[in-house]
Amino acid sequence: MFDKISRRLGDLREWADARFPLTAFWQDHLVKYYAPKNLNFWYFFGSLAFLVLVIQLLTGIFLTMNYKPTADTAFASVEYIMRDVNWGWLIRYMHSTGASFFFIVIYLHMFRALLYGSYRRPRELLWVFGMLIFVVLMAEAFMGYLLPWGQMSFWGAQVIISLFGAIPYIGDDLALWIRGDFVVADATLNRFFAFHVIAFPLLLIGLVLFHMIALHSVGSNNPDGIEIKKKKDEDGVPLDGIPFHPYYTVKDMVGVVVFLIIFSAVIFYAPEMGGWFLEKDNFVPADPLKTPEHIAPLWYFTPFYAILRAVPDKFLGVVAMGSSMAVLFLLPWLDRSPVRSIRYRGPWFKLALSVFVVSFVGLAYLGTVAATPLATLFSRIFSVLYFAFFLLMPIYSQWDKTKPLPERVTEK
Amino acid sequence: MSTDEIDYGRRRMLLAATAAMGGVGAVYVATPFVLSMDPSEKAKAAGAPIDVDISKLEPGQVMTVEWRGKPVWVLRRNEQMLKTLPELDKFLRDPNSDELSQQPVYTKNPQRSINPEYMVMIGICTHLGCSPTYRPEFAPPDLGPEWKGGFFCPCHGSTYDLAGRVYAGMPAPSNLVIPPHHYVSATRLLVGVDPEVV
Repeated sequence: MFDKISRRLGDLREWADARFPLTAFWQDHLVKYYAPKNLNFWYFFGSLAFLVLVIQLLTGIFLTMNYKPTADTAFASVEYIMRDVNWGWLIRYMHSTGASFFFIVIYLHMFRALLYGSYRRPRELLWVFGMLIFVVLMAEAFMGYLLPWGQMSFWGAQVIISLFGAIPYIGDDLALWIRGDFVVADATLNRFFAFHVIAFPLLLIGLVLFHMIALHSVGSNNPDGIEIKKKKDEDGVPLDGIPFHPYYTVKDMVGVVVFLIIFSAVIFYAPEMGGWFLEKDNFVPADPLKTPEHIAPLWYFTPFYAILRAVPDKFLGVVAMGSSMAVLFLLPWLDRSPVRSIRYRGPWFKLALSVFVVSFVGLAYLGTVAATPLATLFSRIFSVLYFAFFLLMPIYSQWDKTKPLPERVTEK
Repeated sequence: MSTDEIDYGRRRMLLAATAAMGGVGAVYVATPFVLSMDPSEKAKAAGAPIDVDISKLEPGQVMTVEWRGKPVWVLRRNEQMLKTLPELDKFLRDPNSDELSQQPVYTKNPQRSINPEYMVMIGICTHLGCSPTYRPEFAPPDLGPEWKGGFFCPCHGSTYDLAGRVYAGMPAPSNLVIPPHHYVSATRLLVGVDPEVV
């Protein structure tokens, strides 16, 4: 009986395989895709980022069913979702909390790359695709934040779109073209809705696919930063590699469960996170005639925003902010160390990375507070340190005294 | 030339010509999509002039009206306010309003106005488009002892005096913009239209 069924299923698979690479795909990317056996805690965040992407896509679809993208109705329709739509509050809070968690996960994922040199040759394009995902994600989050049409939505969009106006010659026309009106208005909201729900998600999914193709072509780096593909057995399987499925699928499921516990706790007990995930001023409908007393972007933009504010010139401020993101793309070519992982690097890199982390967190904090002279002074110091980490890297990464690399991966 | 020889030069030329033609076509097709994002005729038509009644404005008071979706301020300055203006010249980036795009020619004067008592300007910071706050008080703790009244932008801290002139060393690059306007009568103002040729 069971023999018969399994034979039938086998036949079905053969039928499919002759027409579509079903088994081949399963083997190439799961059961015969070998990942280093020493991947640690930091390697959870890639799969978690994918999980959050799925959460955002699903909740987004359901929000679209009740949201109305016009200046007259947007604010009220979000309140309608929150109060009158069955379980609307849950779906909306999943989406708004998901946005912040997306950035938490992505920042930790990027930090992992810094720790273990995951962007180094031959993974430069993997890093570049990842950075493109980060930039598209920021645009996606920014446009999504306009949709509730609250005070912060409106003035945040007004400030960020005006950044384009700082570009010489074409700036004003470009900002006008982006807004579709002389100020942020109904036309802006409507087009941001189109970008947020279809254009940028498609772009994001495409880039994630490229990121995965690049990853599966070069394979994962690991906490030791050595290539497992250099030592293979007679079948061509890396000695330090284990099949992604079932080993890492099962391990990642543990990560998913822990993540969902934390995620649910925030959704149910602190969805606004004291103004960090949903700002208080955004519960006031947009008023084009009055800017709130204190405006700040959401926390995930503040490091870059603080760099913008640190420069006392409109155009150069925009240039500095753009450069602070652009310089991240260059990381694979700035790092000249003979080793990848922090485990074998010397004191200079460890010091530089610590200074970078302090500057980044410092800027993130300063971007949320009012621009007092003291805050501006610290923003300037941290901005210089932020750029120094990258621009001096070719020098200190070469000077550094590194430790000898092991032959095989180590497990701690 | 024998028939089984491939002429690579000709092939490259044809490839390049076809790609170039395709590129031209793509630009033509993209044009309507790109231009559809510019302000619509309706948005442009909404820029009609507005009539403002300033008869109820007290000295020292500011009123906000909406023109083209932007806040336009009408500030009635008292004697003391007007007296502070020349004293501030040395702290300002463009005290004489030399940047011509920021105001119509008929307001390029020390008070930046047609009638010195009434200051008309667009309440949008020239830095990144926030709307500054009216701060008429003298020397408040957050703005320092030198403050003689003016406008403070909460977004990035730019400051302007009571004629909308920007202080030097601020993120904002220019003075506040003055919209075209003229007086229909002593207490009625039309914002959006230049005065008739005098």
